[in-house]
Amino acid sequence: MNTRLTTRPLIIQALRDPGLLTQLTPGQWNDLLPQGRQSHLLARLAHLIRSQGRLDALHPSMRNHLRAALVVAARQRRAVHWELTRLQKALATNETPVLLLKGAAYLVADLPAGHGRLFSDIDILVPRAQLAQTESALKAYGWTGDPHLDAYDQRYYRQWMHELPPLRHPVRGSVIDVHHNILPDTARAHPDAARLLVDAVPVAEYPGVYVLAPEDMILHSATHLFWDGEFDHGLRDLVDLDALLRHFAQDAGFWNRLQEHAVHHGLTRPLYYTLRYVRFLLDTPVPDKLYAALNDKPSTPVFAAMDWSLHRALRPMHPSAQLPGDGFARWLLYVRGHFLRMPLHLLVPHLVRKALRKRPIKDR
Amino acid sequence: MILGELSDNELKDRLKNAGVILRTGPFIFRIKSNLEPVHRGLARLYDQFPLGDETGFVDFDVQVHTPLWRRVLHPQARFLVDGQAPFQPLPADQAFAMLEWGLNYCVYAHAHQYLIIHAAVLERNGQAVILAAPPGSGKSTLAAALACRGWRLLSDELTLIDPARNGQLVPLARPVSLKNASIDVLRRFHPSAIFGPLAHDTSKGTVSHLRPPDNSVARMDETATASHIIFPQYSPDATTCLEPLSRGQAFMQLAENTVNYSLLGEEGFTQLADRVEQCVCHHFRYSKLEEAVDVFHRLSS
Repeated sequence: MNTRLTTRPLIIQALRDPGLLTQLTPGQWNDLLPQGRQSHLLARLAHLIRSQGRLDALHPSMRNHLRAALVVAARQRRAVHWELTRLQKALATNETPVLLLKGAAYLVADLPAGHGRLFSDIDILVPRAQLAQTESALKAYGWTGDPHLDAYDQRYYRQWMHELPPLRHPVRGSVIDVHHNILPDTARAHPDAARLLVDAVPVAEYPGVYVLAPEDMILHSATHLFWDGEFDHGLRDLVDLDALLRHFAQDAGFWNRLQEHAVHHGLTRPLYYTLRYVRFLLDTPVPDKLYAALNDKPSTPVFAAMDWSLHRALRPMHPSAQLPGDGFARWLLYVRGHFLRMPLHLLVPHLVRKALRKRPIKDR
Repeated sequence: MILGELSDNELKDRLKNAGVILRTGPFIFRIKSNLEPVHRGLARLYDQFPLGDETGFVDFDVQVHTPLWRRVLHPQARFLVDGQAPFQPLPADQAFAMLEWGLNYCVYAHAHQYLIIHAAVLERNGQAVILAAPPGSGKSTLAAALACRGWRLLSDELTLIDPARNGQLVPLARPVSLKNASIDVLRRFHPSAIFGPLAHDTSKGTVSHLRPPDNSVARMDETATASHIIFPQYSPDATTCLEPLSRGQAFMQLAENTVNYSLLGEEGFTQLADRVEQCVCHHFRYSKLEEAVDVFHRLSS
């Protein structure tokens, strides 16, 4: 193994030990700062150093960036809480409760993973039978679909995916993704969505609002990270998983339940990858027994390719942290992600269609 | 050390290799570029700016460059910050304008330790005037004219309010961006004005940048206290007219021009309300720069 691979990127070292910030040279900080920005982890780091009461001990050049990141995180916190009151109102007549997923769930359930967590969309899960009712209720309260989606896009979401096309509130700019499962219907694994809803736990602060059970929260984040093709947020998601695992592991029996849930939902593979990389990159205390028992690896050559790719894609996208082959590794994972989402007879026509369509021009 | 103390070859060499570490107000940029307009623009407009310590803190690592394979056919300029491209590439002759937009982007996308108003701000006799208006209202032209007549330029489009320093206004002292007819208007108004490279056919038309006054650059660490908030509006036949604006209206218009108003939440509201409270607020219509400058001179004396 080359030495660069075994040396952890500075942002990871600092997240593990925020006190390190007080000893950095300017040159090291100049590497850490963009690593933190690119991996959306600067606010998280800022939260950690502030909760240790050491933000003011830092050099002003460092402190300013961390303060700015905290401003963004605080705004998201306010926005999510407000958005949730709007959601509650819109979905008050729905027969089932609102189940929040991912970032919004961590934040609202006040989990350590929600501290300094940045995200853009709010994800919710409803029973498939309630999808139409939920969509029309949200639309009645002002959320609208993207008018640029054509009939094909609509079909892509509604027939194949596990979510509706995103709904955006034109005034507040907030985006809601309504899911009926945590993986597309066309994917190989079929998590038991009904069971996810049954096992959900209520949020004390908001009557009628739920989040996934701790074990399912891990499995959802793991699935999203390791079965999605894009790794722009990969390290951030792994840091979430580390924080969630450390927090939930305080509960006796958590690890056993995690394994049971993984087996039940057919998600032992993403859980295996999760445990492998949180141990390797973030020293998460995972019981050896569980890790060995799970051992759901693919065939040796596939595993070697995955390992090679993930060791690259889970690093910040910054020259000071990237390993040679970074671009190729991300491309491989992107292709694999698509392949896992859809069988080939659907995937190939879909990708051809995507490639032929004019690419949208980014605004300056 | 200031940028102008580097020889032309040293500047080129740094731009191509280790980067030029440039300080503008509270921000330190490391700038790398292999494009001639960037070199020319920096040499001409930033010569009085201080260079940062080679081994010190850098806030934003930026690059405006053209990849090797794009140098011959339709040469392109790409702007990178921290190794990522936030915008689409532009034709290579717009490289300096792209650098200026990129530096602005770094500030408004990240510097949320400040309340950032999309407004020009200038100071004279200890009184700082915030010129807030949507693009196309002649705000930059007016700012450029005032800078040419002895006002201290803090910024032509990023007014930074520092909540940690009692709402003081933080200067950047960077060049003023002028578009289309304004460029010639300014040349006629102040024939000795120095401009950077012209960028033709940008999304905003022809763009060029005016060199900031030496005195503004020398005083880039000196914050200012807001005394006036003015919403200028250029229209070709307007008679010069300064009208009082209620504080309520001024607040609402200023909030609309504030980049990170909702991001700062209560702090944003308090900062903005306090600035409006401490200022005299006006709406200002003008067509003749000389008359406009006279009005501002009277305001600040």
